[in-house]
Amino acid sequence: MIGILLFLMISVSVAYSAATGSTTAVSNAIVSCGGDAVSLAITLAGGMAVWGGIMKIAEKSGLTEKLTALLRPALKLIFRGLKKDSAALKAIAMNVSANLLGLGNAATPLGIEAMKRLEEEERPEAEATPNMVKLAVINACSAELIPTTVAVMRAKAGSAAPMEILPCVLAVSFASLVVALIAAEIGFMGKKR
Amino acid sequence: MNISSAILPALVLGVFLYGVFKKVDVFAAFTEGAKENLKIAIGLLPTLVFLSLGVGTLRASGALEALSRLASPITEFLGFPAECFSLAILRPISGSGALAILENILEDCGPDSFAGRVASVLMGSTETTFYTIAVYFGATKIKKTRHALGSALAGDISAFILSALAVRLFLGR
Repeated sequence: MIGILLFLMISVSVAYSAATGSTTAVSNAIVSCGGDAVSLAITLAGGMAVWGGIMKIAEKSGLTEKLTALLRPALKLIFRGLKKDSAALKAIAMNVSANLLGLGNAATPLGIEAMKRLEEEERPEAEATPNMVKLAVINACSAELIPTTVAVMRAKAGSAAPMEILPCVLAVSFASLVVALIAAEIGFMGKKR
Repeated sequence: MNISSAILPALVLGVFLYGVFKKVDVFAAFTEGAKENLKIAIGLLPTLVFLSLGVGTLRASGALEALSRLASPITEFLGFPAECFSLAILRPISGSGALAILENILEDCGPDSFAGRVASVLMGSTETTFYTIAVYFGATKIKKTRHALGSALAGDISAFILSALAVRLFLGR
C-alpha cells in the first residue's frame, strides 16, 4: 500500500513539475532527499536513545509496573465484562502504560498479546468483540504523555521552547481519544455485544 | 519559568531518583535502553529515505502547495493552517511520511509559528491509524473489524480540528 502511495506521489510530482516548469526544483529534491532523510534519522536517533535510556531505568526500577497497577481500575470501566483475574486486562494495562511512556516499540507487542488474550477469553467467531475494537481504537489514537520525537524535531528546527506544545498535545490526545471511544460505543448501541 | 517546561526535567529526575533508591544500576540500564532505541532509529532509515523522496518531490514540484490551496476553503473554515493540510492527510497513513512533512513545515514556517505549532501538536497527538488497526487485527482470526477504523478516524478528525483550537487557546497566535 505504501509503495502505491509513493508511486502516486512521485508521478504526480513529475507530471505537475513538467506542466508548471518546476523540473529543476524537483531534480534538486531528488538529489538531496536522501541526505535530508539521513540527517532527520540521526537527530531522531539521538532523542530516541536518551528517552530509551531513561525509560529503561523506569522499567528496571519497577516504576512502569506501578503505573500499570494504577491504570487497571480505570481500564476496567472501558473494558467491561472481563473476569477479575483476566490475563487480557493485565496485558491491556501494560500496553496502555507503555504507550503513555512513549515506548512505542514495547507497546505494540504488548498490545498484540492483549488482543490474542481477548480472543481466547471472549471467543469471537469472525467478528471483533467490543473490547477488541476498543483496544485497537486506543492504540490507534496515540496517548503519549511526553511527545519526545516532535520535541526533538522542533529543537532541531531552532524552536525557542520545543516542549511548549505539551499542554496542547495532552489536551488534544485526550479529547480525540474520548471522541474515538464514544464513536466506538455508539457503534455498538442496539447491536449484540 | 512555565510549568510545561518543568514537567520533563521533573520526570527525568524522578525516574533517576527512584532508580537509585531501588538500587538499579542506572548506567547499565540507561545504555541498554539507548542501544535498543538507536537500533530502532537506524531501522527506520530506509523507509524514511523512500518517503523523503516522495514528499520532497511533491513539495519541490509545487503540487503540495496546490493541494493545500485547493483545500483552503475547508481549512480556513476550521481555522486550520493550510500548510498543515498535507500532514493531516498523510498522518493516519504513514508515520515516516508524516515525519518528513512535519520537518518541511517546521523548516518552511518555523517551529514557533502558528502552522509549526499546530503541525507539532497534530503529530504528537495522533497515530498511524491504518497501520495500527491492520497490525492489531492481523494478529487474530478476526475478519470483520466492525467500526474500529471508523471510530479511530473520528478521533483523528477531531484531533485535526482541535489542534488548531488548542494552540490558539494555550499559546495564542
